[in-house]
Amino acid sequence: MATRIWLEQLQDLVDLGAQVVEVLPQDDYAPAHLPGAINLPLRELDERHAAVLDRARPVVVYCWDSL
Amino acid sequence: MPGKVDWLAHNLPVEGARPDAPIAGRVMHDDAVLCRPTDRIADVRASIERSPYPFALVTSDDGTLLGRAPSSALDSASDGPVWEVAEPGPKTFRPHVAVEKVAAVLADKGLRWAIVTTSDGRVLGVASREDLERAGGSV
Repeated sequence: MATRIWLEQLQDLVDLGAQVVEVLPQDDYAPAHLPGAINLPLRELDERHAAVLDRARPVVVYCWDSL
Repeated sequence: MPGKVDWLAHNLPVEGARPDAPIAGRVMHDDAVLCRPTDRIADVRASIERSPYPFALVTSDDGTLLGRAPSSALDSASDGPVWEVAEPGPKTFRPHVAVEKVAAVLADKGLRWAIVTTSDGRVLGVASREDLERAGGSV
């Protein structure tokens, strides 16, 4: 189930082992991204690309204006 | 909702090829007047008078930028919808673009303000050319 969170909650989730995913294009991700974030561009996101994620851990997905 | 822009705007740590690069998303402010195309000119003019910017950004309900309504165009006696006097399709920038590049484009086009949007056109904020030049060094 997806839940919107605020910046303050992000660190708590990371401390719990959350995986942080930037879904912006590579050109947006490469210059600067949140610490530890991996890049899964939304336009390329499918089951195969998402397989890198551990389903047992929380996933925090973000773009420019949403977390 | 918060996102990468808010992270950058709070100067929180980042990783990447250019983690310290001054980019538009770190310089912009999100306090520009937003209005809908059908808002009345008099109402928008009043909002602009209370804002630090000489314009309002006209957006759709989901925040997608449609146009820019400069205060000079709102001085008319008409009290029709603001879309009647708005400038459709203003120049926009993505938040990850280097401030020097944004400032150079603004200077080249004789613009004072950069409107920062997501790649699908949703308004994130506004940056002045002065702030951009200050953040990146004079261009």
